[in-house]
Order: sequence, then structure tokens, then C-alpha cells
Amino acid sequence: MKANRKTGLVFFPAFDWAISKTHPEREERLLYTQDQVFEEGILDIEGLVEFNPSLATEKDVERVHFCVPKVDAVLTESHYISAGGCKTVADAVLGGEVDCGFALVRPPGHHAMRVVHGARGFCNINIEAIMVEHIRQTYGVDRVAIVDTDCHHGDGTQNIYWHDPDTLFISLHQDGRTLYPGSGFTSEMGGPNALGTTVNIPLPPETSKEGFLYVMDRVVLPILDEFKPELVINSAGQDNHYSDPITGMRFCAQGYAKLTEKLQPHIAVLEGGYSIEGALPYVNVGIILALAGIDYSWVREPDYDPEELRQSDEIRSTISSTCERLLEERQQCASKRKKYLEGDEFVQRSKTIIYDTDKILEEQKEMIRVCGGCAGVLKIDSYADTGRHLLGISVPRKACSTCQDIGRQWFEEGSIRRFDLVCLQDRVADAYEVKRK
Amino acid sequence: MIVGLDVGGTHTDVVVLQGKEIVCKVKILTDHENLLDTVCFGIFEATRDFKPQSIKRLVVSTTLATNAIVQGKTEPVGILVASGPGINPNGFAIGEHYYPVSGAIDHRGKEIASINEEEILEIGKKLESSNVRNLALVSKFSVRNPSLELKMRHLLADNFDTVTLGHEVSGQLNFVRRIATAYLNAAVAGISRNFYEAVRGCMEHQSMQTPLEILKADGGTMTQESSTRYAVETILSGPAASVMGILAFADRTKEEVVLDIGGTTTDIAILVEGVPLLKPLGIRIGGYNTLVRALRTVSIGVGGDSWVRIEDNILKVGPERKGPALAYGGTEPTPTDALVTLGLVKGGDRQRAAQGMQRLAEQMGEGVEEAAETVISKTCDLILEAVQALVDRVNQMPVYTIHDLLEGRVIAPTGMVVIGGPAKELAPHLQDRSGWPVQVPPDYEVANAIGAAVARTTCQVTVLADTDRRYVYAPEEGHMDIIDWRARTEDVVKIAFRLLRQKALRLGADEDDLEMELLEDYEFNIVEGFYTVGRNIRVKAQVKPGLIRPYREAAV
Repeated sequence: MKANRKTGLVFFPAFDWAISKTHPEREERLLYTQDQVFEEGILDIEGLVEFNPSLATEKDVERVHFCVPKVDAVLTESHYISAGGCKTVADAVLGGEVDCGFALVRPPGHHAMRVVHGARGFCNINIEAIMVEHIRQTYGVDRVAIVDTDCHHGDGTQNIYWHDPDTLFISLHQDGRTLYPGSGFTSEMGGPNALGTTVNIPLPPETSKEGFLYVMDRVVLPILDEFKPELVINSAGQDNHYSDPITGMRFCAQGYAKLTEKLQPHIAVLEGGYSIEGALPYVNVGIILALAGIDYSWVREPDYDPEELRQSDEIRSTISSTCERLLEERQQCASKRKKYLEGDEFVQRSKTIIYDTDKILEEQKEMIRVCGGCAGVLKIDSYADTGRHLLGISVPRKACSTCQDIGRQWFEEGSIRRFDLVCLQDRVADAYEVKRK
Repeated sequence: MIVGLDVGGTHTDVVVLQGKEIVCKVKILTDHENLLDTVCFGIFEATRDFKPQSIKRLVVSTTLATNAIVQGKTEPVGILVASGPGINPNGFAIGEHYYPVSGAIDHRGKEIASINEEEILEIGKKLESSNVRNLALVSKFSVRNPSLELKMRHLLADNFDTVTLGHEVSGQLNFVRRIATAYLNAAVAGISRNFYEAVRGCMEHQSMQTPLEILKADGGTMTQESSTRYAVETILSGPAASVMGILAFADRTKEEVVLDIGGTTTDIAILVEGVPLLKPLGIRIGGYNTLVRALRTVSIGVGGDSWVRIEDNILKVGPERKGPALAYGGTEPTPTDALVTLGLVKGGDRQRAAQGMQRLAEQMGEGVEEAAETVISKTCDLILEAVQALVDRVNQMPVYTIHDLLEGRVIAPTGMVVIGGPAKELAPHLQDRSGWPVQVPPDYEVANAIGAAVARTTCQVTVLADTDRRYVYAPEEGHMDIIDWRARTEDVVKIAFRLLRQKALRLGADEDDLEMELLEDYEFNIVEGFYTVGRNIRVKAQVKPGLIRPYREAAV
């Protein structure tokens, strides 16, 4: 047996790490997946290569996040390994050692936003974003698409790339009115400088294979074609599965494999998925085989019954009208962008962010410069009920000189009498500066 | 007195040891067409001057199973494979009588689909009418629950000579390797049984009462009686014999590299505190990955008779061999010729060797002696590069816990033990180029036979407990029992050591040689909803490869 696409695998179940003893994110989450992967003999297949994860560095994290009060305070070793595992796969793919790769790592990351006061949705740092920025820094890749197929809205990844026109973020997820984190509606399409590079497709509970694959064909693949990314990343959460204990969808291993085959991601990264016995072993095998271009038609759950999982007409029409509405709303992005450019130089928004895992509440004021020449300099004033107050300034990777100057000025003006810490994330210089009380 | 016999590609070596002293060495040519005669003659030649009653142990390492597999001279096997969901089992077809059948076990050992009795019986009839006498019965996850394999055996066993069950060949997870291993075991089971019975017959003919023991690929031994059930474990025991022979001279406090430099190839192994490293899953043979426990040896195409030439202005050594060295009547220069030219090896035709070096020297623009030195250096460098690559691979083995990733042991050898034809002559060069002390043990030319003689019985058990489902199961032993719901790792470890001890004694181990160790122990909670309902405990233990008692002490 031979892989048609050479596939790199970082498989790191972290058998000695858990959020808590009975938390879904616990030691044996990938135990049965490992059993299935080992038993299927997948690691013996020619063209499948297993790597040990490397460790991400503080610098990798600071390229993406403002960690409050500092990186080491909000991360454990497991997070450095999880993000490092993604980097390892990325290096293997970008270095040409393999054609594609899968980082089967934990803990996950797609709920981690730019500012990190603690863990939310089981995530501390955004492992995909850390990987993508590592790739950009090391290999000079520019346009990247991240397709998030976790059942929960990838609000962290959305937040990080909200203002980045070079990163297309597409999330398919269970309707935010019925599930954590309660966001990800079609109207969320990106900031003033990046309208249309955020795409949200909320799906009704009980969406099954048919619905997911319909969305792939109708929305995801056409938008990808239009965006022409150099690299496609899949945040491969597996909690859309019909047996998942904390969600309400009806997706299956065959469906995930088919979706992977359609998407052909360069790199897949495991996100959520907590049906550790009934779903993960089969879904992961399905995804690995589909990535490697090996026949996956025999992969199915022992209790799989396509009849029982059949989608109702009502769900079918809800999905189709969501897709049409989304495509229509996207038509207006260009005219909205024009209005922004004619309007105020700076645009503000405020929001409240909850950290359900660590029980923290954060109030955020964000200001972006509407810029015709780059992604715009960003300023974040963040206050959490831990008592910590941050001023974070982010100068984007390809910032124009005006945005760079403004960023520097904001940083210098930021007073450590008012803030506990003032940080400048300068992506042009790939530097991170901090002033502390 | 104990006797060790190792069948090699060219020669068969036999030694007789009295205490730590070699009282007889015999080297005879191997007749691959008639291995039985070679083995029996070797035993006879080596022991003829001693009283049969004084022989207390006799271990043989043969190429019987290896040759049968590599040359395709095995017996036909009917193999029934119950895969259930996963990778398409038609991709794993092996042999001419391969039958995927219904039935499935899941990763927790639940039977999720039963077998179809009529289907099995039907296949049984077909196999009988094709005159297939050996069966291999394999299901996915049979190392979690053997029920499907046992049911198939129940339906078919009576009508076949040998039956190999997947869960008995290894406790490791890997369905594809389990299929190959069970198949190969069945394919050589009959051949092995006949062969070793015949050897035993020869011994009896000489009035030797001692049991016959056979060396396995993991450097351990088993009794002749066990060799049918575990026939496949005797493949590729040759490199293991050499490593075990060297073990007696290794430093038990260090990490060392072991080299067996032959004519065509050099075998490399690593010893950690006097214990050879094992392959992670199993050895590869005849194009198949298996679950056969084996020493982690690497073979590279560099040896005393490797073809030396200049290609594109670059000096090349091996991997081909074009016959013997010039000094011994060959046609192409070799590293041995370099040694002969420099007078490091006495014997052979020094003039012919020097002529060969002269040819190389002209192309390299060097003097003859200089060229010979370069050839030797190059040979040593190739070997040392392969050593480094093996060490790197060992250190990059996948790990699955944060602890192992951050604090896992890193192997860093600090010495070398070298045997084989040009060992003594190459040793100083290897020492110079590696910076490690290099040792050449005495009697190194029969180290393989010594290894066979002094290797202890080894074995491994895997024990799984699922306290939610209240069972404990040791696949290789076919042991299934009820376990208390409160059981913890230490309880399962106790069971593992008990079973390991029983198994080792059954395979012929001496009470004194049961150096048992834990290879792996994991304990996981089984959580349903938000409650812990039980524990999933996994333990692996082994009697590690090593020497029988008197020689273990000699080793320090």
C-alpha cells in the first residue's frame, strides 16, 4: 500500500495532560484514535511519515498574541508542544519533505483570540495562527486560507485575521444561536480593510453529510478558487460527528473524509471533537487516508446508519437559503469598502469576551486605521476582571509607512500609569516590545 | 558444557564452552541445500570428544525459516481475515489463499459483528480441496478480544495440521503486520517442526539428553517444543547471535555500538548498559513488515570485500561486492586489499593487492600507501555515518507524552565493540575517526556461535485491563480473567509479571535468568458523561535479552 500524496503526521496525544480529570480535554482523548491508527497499520504505509513535535517559542506566540501579563503565565508545556507540532508539520510541507500534513495535537486553539488573558473554549493560544505566521515569516508565503470545520465557530481565528486581507478565513459551524461561542453569523465578513476575507456559514443542528458537502460545493470551494491562496489550512475539528456529546450535528467519518478530499488542504490541524470512542478513531483515520489519497471507502463507525442520519427537507432548505444569503451579502463588500475609505480614518468597535474555561470576563475597545495601502494599524485596549489592563498595538506584516509611524507613536504615548502593560507587535520588523508598570 | 551453533551464509560455526573457556571451535561450510546435514554434522564434529551427558545446553541459530521465506519455499497457507471497518482489507492480500471474512471487533474489544459460520466452513472446504494444510486466522483488534479468531479455530482446526492465531503471535496493535506475521508463522510452522524434530533425532542418536533450544531474532532462545507455535520468531537470528556474542564483552555501564564487519555487509546494533535495543514493532522480511520481536540491527553494504572504485572523481566503497579481494584471487580492489597493501593483514597476495591500490592511486593522484589509507578511512567513515544515522533514528522515535518529549532518554554511545573478518585491523582506524575507545573481543571470529550458546530465554507479555468492563486480558497467552473494578496499575503489573514468569519457564528459561522488566504502563480513566466509570490499564513486560547467569557475571 502506498500514499498517493506524501503525508506528514505529527501525532501527539499528550497522554499526561488534562484540563481536569473529567474534562472533555483530558489524557485519553486521543487514546482510542491512537489504537485505531496503530491497529490499521497506517504508520507503515509508504509515503506516510511520522514526526515528533518541536516546541513553539515565545517569539512564535508573540507574533500572533498579546499574552497578559506574559506568555509564560498563560501557557503550559502542552501548549508549546501543540503549537510546535503544527510548526513541525508546516516545516515538513513547506520544506518539500511531504505534500501535505496533519497535526493531530492537543490542546486545540481556534477559540484563542489576539489578546489572551486565559483559556476560552479549551484554548489558550491559536495554534493555526502561530503556524501560519511562522510559515509567512520563514517561507515568505503571502496568501493563506484557513477553513475551519469544527462544530464551534472559530471565533479566535476570526478575531486574529479580522483585519487581514491576505488571510481568507472560512468557518462552517453549528448556528451560534444554539452553541458556544454564540458567534459566526453570515454578516461577520471582516474589518474595514479586509471585507470579504472572513466567511461564516452557520448550519442548523442536525446538518448531515449532504449539507456539509453541499456547502463545500456551493460556497467554500468557489470562494477558495476566487481567493487563490498559496496554502490551504484546515482546522479539522471533529465535533460535527453524530455521536459528539457536546454538539448537535449529524456528520460522519465518511463525510469528513469526503470533505477533506474536496478541500485538499496542505495542512490539517486537529481542533475539537470529544466523542473519543465513537467518532475520533474513525474520523481521524478517514482524514488521514483522504489526505494521503488512499481508498477510505471502508472507513465507517460501527453504528453508522445513513438512513438514520438522513437530512430533513427543512434543514436542506435552511442551509441552501443561508448559502444564498451569504453569497448575496458578499456582493456588497466592494461598495462597503468604498464607503469606509471615504469615511473616518479610524474605526472603533467594542466587545465583551468571555473565557469560559478560566472564568474571566474581558472588555475590549479596538481601533483600526482604514488604510488604502495596507491591512491597517490596530490598537486594542483590553481590561479583564482579573484586574489586568493591556494596551496592544499591532503593526501588520505589510504595513505602509504611515501605519508604522502611527503604531510607534501609539506605543510611545501608551502610559504605564494607565495600563499594566503596553505592547507593540511589529510584524514589519518581526519584533515585540513591552512596557510594564 | 554448553554448545552454540550458528548457521551463516558461508560458514556454520559451532563452539563448546566449559565454564568461560572455549574447549572446541568448529567451522564448516554451510550447505543451504541440506541444512539438516550441516547442523547435525556441526553438532557431531564439535561434541564428538565429549561425553554426551556432559552437554547441558545446546542452542542453534539457523537460516531455515529465513531462507524458506526469502526463497519462497514455504508451505501454502489458508488465511482468513476479519477486518471490519477501516482500511480496505483487499489491499493486504498475502499468499494464494487469502479470504476477507465478515466479523468485527472494535478498539475497546467489543464484538460489533459476528462471523458467518457458513462462510467460514465453506472456505474451510475450499482450502481442504486445494490441499492447504496450514491455517492462519486473524481479526482486527484480536489483541483486545480474540473471540472471532477462537470461533474460527473452533470451526476449522480439526481439518488442518497447524493453526496460527493472530493474537498469539504478538500483543502489539497492527492488523497489517499481524496478518503478515500469522501468515509467515503458518507458512514455516510445518517446516520448522520437521526440521527441529530431525535435529533432536540426531542428538538422541548421539545419546544427548539435553533439550534443543533455538535462537530467535530478539537474541533470546526458546525450546524446540515452542518452535512450531512461534516458528516465525526464528527468522533472521544471525545478527542477533553476533550481538549476543559481543554482549559478554560489553561495558554494562555504558551505551555502546556493536559492529559485525563481514565481507559484504556490516551489521550495526546499539547496547544500552549491556542490553541490546529492540526494534519498535518488529522485523521486516521478504517484503513484509512483521510483529516479530527483533534486535534493532541495521545492515549496510560496506565490508571487507566491498567493491572500491573511483566514480566521477569520488572514491566509492560498496555497496556491491564483486567477489573476494584481489589478494585472494578477486578481480576488483577492496578494503581488504588496502589492509594487505599496508601490511596490516598478513597473508594473501600482497603484490596483487598493491596493484589494485596502484590503479586507484593513479586516478586519485596519490601514492599507493596514501591511497590505501584513504580507502580505509573512507570505509570507516561510511560505517560511522551509518552508526550516527541509527543513533539519530533511535533518538527521533515518536513519543506520546509531554514527559517523554521533554525528558526522554537520549542515546549517546561512548564506545564500540567490533567483530568480524577485518575487525582487528580496522579497530584502530575506527577509534581514530570516532574518538571512541574500540574493543575487539577475543575469539571474535566465532562470536555468533558463542552468542547462541550463552543467550538466555526471552519473552514478552502484554496485559490489558478494562475495569469498566471488568476484564483482564493477555492476548499472547490467551489469558482472560475477571478483574476487580478497583484494580489499579500495580495490580495489573503483578498479573503481567506472573504471566511473564510462567511463559518464560515454559519456553525453557532458568529460574536464575528471569531478569524481568516493565516496558510500558499506562492508566487512563474511562469517562462516560462526566463521570469516571473505570480504568483502561495497559502493561507490557519482558524478560530482556541477555546472557545466562555464569556469563552475565563474566561480562562485567
